[in-house]
Amino acid sequence: MKDKITYFGRIYCTLKSLLTGMSVTLKEFFTPKVTEQYPENRKTLKISERHRARLVMPHDEQGGNKCIACGLCQNACPNGSISITTKSVTDEETGKSKKVLVEYSYDLGCCMFCQLCVNACPKGAIEFSNDFENAVFDRNKLIQKLNK
Amino acid sequence: MFDFSIITTAIDQFLRSLMPSAMAVFLECVLVAVCVIVAYVLLAIVMIFMERKVCAAFQCRLGPMRVGFWGLLQVFADVFKMIIKEIIHFKRTDNLLYNLAPYLVVLSSLLTFSCLPFARGLEVLDFNMGIFFVMATSSFGVLGIMLAGWSSNNKYSMIGAMRSGAQMVSYELSIGLSMLTLVALSGTMQLSEIVERQADTWFIFKGHLPALTAFIIYLIAGNAETNRGPFDLPEAESELTAGYHTEYSGMGFGFFYVAEFMNLFIVSGIASTLFLGGWMPLHIPGLDGFNAVMDFIPGIVWFMGKTFFVIWLLMWVKWTFPRLRIDQVITLEWKYLVPIGLINLLIMTLCVVMGWTL
Repeated sequence: MKDKITYFGRIYCTLKSLLTGMSVTLKEFFTPKVTEQYPENRKTLKISERHRARLVMPHDEQGGNKCIACGLCQNACPNGSISITTKSVTDEETGKSKKVLVEYSYDLGCCMFCQLCVNACPKGAIEFSNDFENAVFDRNKLIQKLNK
Repeated sequence: MFDFSIITTAIDQFLRSLMPSAMAVFLECVLVAVCVIVAYVLLAIVMIFMERKVCAAFQCRLGPMRVGFWGLLQVFADVFKMIIKEIIHFKRTDNLLYNLAPYLVVLSSLLTFSCLPFARGLEVLDFNMGIFFVMATSSFGVLGIMLAGWSSNNKYSMIGAMRSGAQMVSYELSIGLSMLTLVALSGTMQLSEIVERQADTWFIFKGHLPALTAFIIYLIAGNAETNRGPFDLPEAESELTAGYHTEYSGMGFGFFYVAEFMNLFIVSGIASTLFLGGWMPLHIPGLDGFNAVMDFIPGIVWFMGKTFFVIWLLMWVKWTFPRLRIDQVITLEWKYLVPIGLINLLIMTLCVVMGWTL
């Protein structure tokens, strides 16, 4: 097929594709720029919604969370930055024993923000937040307890 | 329109009244040289700043913002850094040629730069074969690039220089053809006269279709001639580190860099002189009031406005397209631009002879 394009046909195709490319960049030239002038515009800073800065566990008004202490996130983590402590509690009504979360420990220093833990969670109990100013002076402060 | 030759004649007469005429001519030559070099450097700084901002805008960024208001002092900081950097000498380079090469490149672009008519009466070199002179001086810049590549004793530099030899010598042809097309339309090679003859309409409107074709060919070939845009094979930083100026440091590199930017300015300046009327304001035949209003804007503003518009066009192309392969570059020139340019010249000649121009 390629041989069947004539000399002038090729010029036409080339010009057309070149102009398509140029129209794309011309549009880009006039769109608002994405650069953030960070320390100056700290108040009005806009960070992309899907940015992964820190793992958090959202809590409702009563201080409860959705975590069922299944340990899937701990298994999914390639770096071992999540460790979950659980205990067994016997339900008073049914008499069955049930795992309950004691401490959800997350080491920000080990995390590589792959989001495998969030994807593994069956209840949507953990998520990544946009809060990116995580610098601290002591490495121990990077190990955070996520549940309340 | 204001005629700058009033000022230059006044200075000339003042100097002649003070000293013998040979001395006055010598002093004037020195003055003109200083003015040209200062304008050259200042324009280069403006263009480097523009390149950064335009490139950033095409990539959805802001560009330099921290040094001075909107990054205005960034280029001055860069230039200062370049000046105080060490110039490294290598043992196995051909010393004479290695040191000569950047000066040849700058000399070529300075000579071409001084041919540009900036405003009425504000042109340094202006004689009856100006276009021919521009082509001659701009084409020996390639000599400096070849020497730089050869004398560096480095394979990357050598390949870069060979590529630029093949590319620049080829594209010289279609630049010449598109200039000739406009010479056929204007009937003169003198740059000031070419501008004068666009007083009623600019040549791009006067020559309609063939002039437009010549303009496009000129822009493509001019981009290749300045080693920019999709034709930056001689530098090709991802393949050849920096091409012919790999071994240069400090101001040696600075000269190449400035000359590259100024070549872009010169190509755009010649384009605006030949096609867009140079310093001639936009005149529409019949609309005398409009023409009179346009005449109030000084010629230098018109010239700079048009030139920077063409520069912006070339930057747009540069930041849009990926780099071509060397065989594609040569194919584009010899199979497409040269035949089209030749036929275009023929059509333009026919139009002029038959009086089909506007």
